Amino acid sequence: MDDKEKLGKHEKERRDFLARVGGALACGAAALAAGAAASRATAATGDAAATSEPPAIPDHDWTKHRWAFGVDATKCIGCLRCVEACKRENDVVLDPHHFRTWVERYVYLEGDDDARVDSQSDPVNIEASGSKGEYRFANRYQDAKVDKAFFVPKLCNQCTHPACVQVCPTGATYKTEDGVVLIDHAYCIGCQYCVQACPYGARYFDEGKGVTDKCTWCYHRITKGLQPACVEVCPVGARIFGDRNDNDSPISQFIKNNRVHVLKPETGNAPNVFYVGTDKDVN
Amino acid sequence: MDALFHASPFTGYVYPNETIIPWTVLIVVYPYLTGLVAGAFTISSLYQVFGFARLRPVAHFALLVSLCSMLVVPLPLLLHLGHPERAFNAMITPHTTSAFAIFGYAAAFYVILLMLETWFVFRPYIVHQAQKRTGLLGWYYRILSLGSYDLSEKAMRYDRKWIFALAIIGIPGAHGLHGYVGFVFGSLKSREWWSSDLMPAIFLFSAIISGTALLIVLYVVSCKLRRVPVDLPCLKGMAYTLWGFMMFTLLLEGVEFASLVYRGREGIDVIMEFVKGPLIVPFFIMQFGVGSVLPLLVLTFLIWRGTTGPALVWGIVGSAILVLLAVLMMRWNVVIGGQEISKTGKGLVSYQPGILGREGLLAAALVLTIPMALLAVVVRLFPPWEEAETSTPSPVIL
Repeated sequence: MDDKEKLGKHEKERRDFLARVGGALACGAAALAAGAAASRATAATGDAAATSEPPAIPDHDWTKHRWAFGVDATKCIGCLRCVEACKRENDVVLDPHHFRTWVERYVYLEGDDDARVDSQSDPVNIEASGSKGEYRFANRYQDAKVDKAFFVPKLCNQCTHPACVQVCPTGATYKTEDGVVLIDHAYCIGCQYCVQACPYGARYFDEGKGVTDKCTWCYHRITKGLQPACVEVCPVGARIFGDRNDNDSPISQFIKNNRVHVLKPETGNAPNVFYVGTDKDVN
Repeated sequence: MDALFHASPFTGYVYPNETIIPWTVLIVVYPYLTGLVAGAFTISSLYQVFGFARLRPVAHFALLVSLCSMLVVPLPLLLHLGHPERAFNAMITPHTTSAFAIFGYAAAFYVILLMLETWFVFRPYIVHQAQKRTGLLGWYYRILSLGSYDLSEKAMRYDRKWIFALAIIGIPGAHGLHGYVGFVFGSLKSREWWSSDLMPAIFLFSAIISGTALLIVLYVVSCKLRRVPVDLPCLKGMAYTLWGFMMFTLLLEGVEFASLVYRGREGIDVIMEFVKGPLIVPFFIMQFGVGSVLPLLVLTFLIWRGTTGPALVWGIVGSAILVLLAVLMMRWNVVIGGQEISKTGKGLVSYQPGILGREGLLAAALVLTIPMALLAVVVRLFPPWEEAETSTPSPVIL
């Protein structure tokens, strides 16, 4: 699944303006001459249909698993180890504008009806951390009277009816049988329609690679029996991951033993990240 | 070296990945171009299919404007793609659930249709030139004639049937292509600003007025360049068309905006903050005031007073230029505006376009000038004017 090797370093992939124009003009001319281009059946059909060709992962049968993710917001302490671990594990651009996972802080000050929300990428927090690759929440409310405050980790919801898969014009992004939405970076054309379609802001465009990217629940790890990196490093157990086909798995227990809910259910996307301990302003 | 991305400042809370606007000014230019295509084709069809005889002086010119604009439509998209060399993936393995997968086919189909119709319309001219000219241009016209020099009454009748059929197929073709661009935006449930059933209709009507306005400007400019008098009935015909469709456009936009505000769903507070703040200049002043109400008043005044002569010409041209600006701003306010309202419903992002670079303002301006440059060449190869030796077939009157 991973095509990191092929893509190389960001800097090497920069192209100057004229080269782009030249390439684009050539493609444009070719596109216009190709009224009768051959077509074949799409690799991924239906808004949530799985691709018919499973990836060649040794000892992994994707028909036997149904991955799901839980977030217990009552436990999260906003340490942001998950965000940093994710960036390193998945070669995510080390800046405050590209995240596969992030953490939101909700603070209700005395007398306020609505929460004040920020994430680790807020300029105040970036300034406090002193780094664009290591993250901290600045202690910006230390002199205020706080009624209520909590953190909410966010990540791709690997929806059952993913809007991103629906709109992808090439089928480069698809849903696996075991429930994860992946992107074929060698096939993505970088149109960013999926970035627009995701209601959760979970997708970003990697300018260096010219493709979109998002959380995969560390598909390269979970198919080897490991936990996603963010789950592995969480010191308080706020992130729960497992196989819903296994009744005793942590995620099955989490869903059974709690009153869980999902984000923005009105979109009809049917997310697969289940939340406990959020509040009215969390969406 | 071009910066890899421009992060945008924001207010309130926006998702961390939203600080980079995905669709830039190039995606503003793209629906603007498809709109000009559909609008110019509408004028051509009003003559070819519906027999609006007063539009005859611009009917063939409209076809060329449509063709030249259409040839450039893929360019802003290709410039925007992260991997333009993979653009064909969307045609080789079109993902059928995607609103965008059909674009390559729809665009290719429409380009072929436009080329065919242009060929039939200019066939008499091509044949004359093929027989008259020598040298490289002679070869060019001989190849274009496809070996047939038959201009008999029977052959011309056959040509007229083809032109009529192609013009009829072109009506759903051109408008379908553009209406579907509206669907690309309107069908997205992730953005309240875009998510509207009226979006395709609004795109269509604004397309018709932009194409008509462009034709008005180009026709008058071409008359001045050719030193021939402007055909006033024809110009008035286009002005009436512009006036009528502008009423529809304004009505639809008004209804859409009223519905959005009246429904007042989650996030409406931040939308209203957007409307009352960043939208005042680009929407209320430029798109609505200067670009729509002012030209509508001017056109109404000209028609009501029965103005004629140079005052009429320049009044209509001035209004048309303002309408072109209004439609460009409409595309901007939809495409960029939609992305400036955060999906969190709690914040606003502020898009700041670069001047240089692949997705900068200069590149967008360049893309918009290419159809004009193309047109300057094409009108010399296929003169669409009455006085030219075209002996063009007249339309089939129903």
